[in-house]
Amino acid sequence: MTTPPVLLEHVTRRFGPVTALDDVSLTVQDGEIVGLLGPNGAGKTTLLSLLTGLRRPDAGTVQLYGSDPRNPAARSRLGTTPQDTGLPATLRVREVVDLVAGHYPDPMATSELLDRFGLADLSHRQTGGLSGGQRRRLAVALALVGRPRLVLLDEPTTGLDVEARVGLWQSLRAYHQDGATVVVTSHYLEEIEALADRVVVVGQGRVLADDTLARVISKVGARRMSFTLPTGQDAGALPGVAAVAERTAGGGGGERWTVLAADADQAVRALVGSGLAFRDLEVRGASLEEAFLALTGDGAASTTTQAGARS
Amino acid sequence: MTTTTTTASLRPFWALTWLHTKFGFLETIRVPIAVIGNLLFPGLALLFFVVPNAQVAGSPVAATAAVAQLGAFAVMSSSLFGFGIGVAEDRALPFDAYLRTLPAAAGPRLVGRLINGLAWSYLSLVPVVVIGALATKASLTWAQAGGLVLLVAVVAVPFTLLGLAYGYSLSAKAAIAVVQVTVFPLAFAGGMFLPPQMFPHWLDLVSLGTPSRAARDLVVQVTTGLDPGAWAMPVMVGWTVLFAVLAAVAYRRDQGRRFH
Repeated sequence: MTTPPVLLEHVTRRFGPVTALDDVSLTVQDGEIVGLLGPNGAGKTTLLSLLTGLRRPDAGTVQLYGSDPRNPAARSRLGTTPQDTGLPATLRVREVVDLVAGHYPDPMATSELLDRFGLADLSHRQTGGLSGGQRRRLAVALALVGRPRLVLLDEPTTGLDVEARVGLWQSLRAYHQDGATVVVTSHYLEEIEALADRVVVVGQGRVLADDTLARVISKVGARRMSFTLPTGQDAGALPGVAAVAERTAGGGGGERWTVLAADADQAVRALVGSGLAFRDLEVRGASLEEAFLALTGDGAASTTTQAGARS
Repeated sequence: MTTTTTTASLRPFWALTWLHTKFGFLETIRVPIAVIGNLLFPGLALLFFVVPNAQVAGSPVAATAAVAQLGAFAVMSSSLFGFGIGVAEDRALPFDAYLRTLPAAAGPRLVGRLINGLAWSYLSLVPVVVIGALATKASLTWAQAGGLVLLVAVVAVPFTLLGLAYGYSLSAKAAIAVVQVTVFPLAFAGGMFLPPQMFPHWLDLVSLGTPSRAARDLVVQVTTGLDPGAWAMPVMVGWTVLFAVLAAVAYRRDQGRRFH
């Protein structure tokens, strides 16, 4: 048995009254490429800050390859990106790479790395003079310079144009194919689709879904259907309905249902065919944000009828 | 993959310290205006206030004492400015958090910072010593010069610690203001601008209790042989201990609040 690169067991982290992570457990095995998907404020960054040793959990265990990430030696197989806006403005590109490389026992040659990320021509430029895209590329390059076995990337391509984004994704996939474990956070479904095999959806500090890419996409790529049913009728078991997002007492003596359907056509046909006395039907695409909310409400709404009380 | 459980190892302490010393120095020297002011001010004060005063500039002992007290000021101000403002600014940078995710403990970075601070302290003495040697009758024996080189490190310690206390407890903007409000009154009260012989009695009493006066008297003693008085050493040690405690408290309190 090898110790997993990433292990979180029942981890809780609070900031004052806010619970950023609520009893989260997550294991990433060697060689996996995992996407952490969630809206802003979901707890992704907090999770990464625990893994990089910047913060301590209030409860639970966090381990990198079996040891506490707050121990510097545990981080010798870890590579992460700085925020691109935070590079030391007066240092040259090559110097920043040398500074980071100097922390690792067997780093990549600086020139090789700069070539790989298309930064060779900029190696003598001070980082303060780089464009946003160039800084982003440098930030990702810094994550790889120490030949880490585990790479944690926080929103690696935010703010990049399409071409640059695709280029970075290729570099990351190539690095993963060399045997590295990669964890990437994003609030873009597209980015996660391009990179990850396994997707962990985080929201409100909890793991809402942990599944293969295809299955998570079918969940979050859902349609949202709303309709009113007389009290007592149940639409939860209709074919095509993936989850009940909301069920509230509506005006006029009925209940307003909001359900997520992977295949809205099928679900509408089933609703019509079921003979349920529905009215005021609305169907629209669920945004990623709504899909997250639906996932959050998923468990709760199917067990309580007071789900409308959820904020 | 098979069990490639290579034991995770850190690079040696000295290698990491050298790395942080080197890049810390590069970062500072790329914004020369940040250090030039500090380097020039004591030299300019010497040039404008001591050199034209024939009574002081023409007397070997008075001139040496004048150069020495401005030298002590140079060390004090470069320690306070360098650490007080430098640490506060670094704490605000996301890159500082990033460096803490790399495989290295906090030690090498701190030692690198101390070495840089000391290097700037020595550099800040160069203009004062050059002007003093060329334009006044100030003179040093080799033994005095050697004693001075050691004393610079001793004088730098308490002010470096106070700078760290400021840097770890204040924002960058607040640190700039607080350091300025500290440096100039301390320098004046400590007899670094005007010699304490010119002070009224009450001010001299206050002055004897300040760390700047203690530093000034020790430096003047080493360079001219003038007796520093019984208070200089205990006062210096007392303030050093107090500033060390403040720096440690500020550093600990900062841990939880450093990010976001």
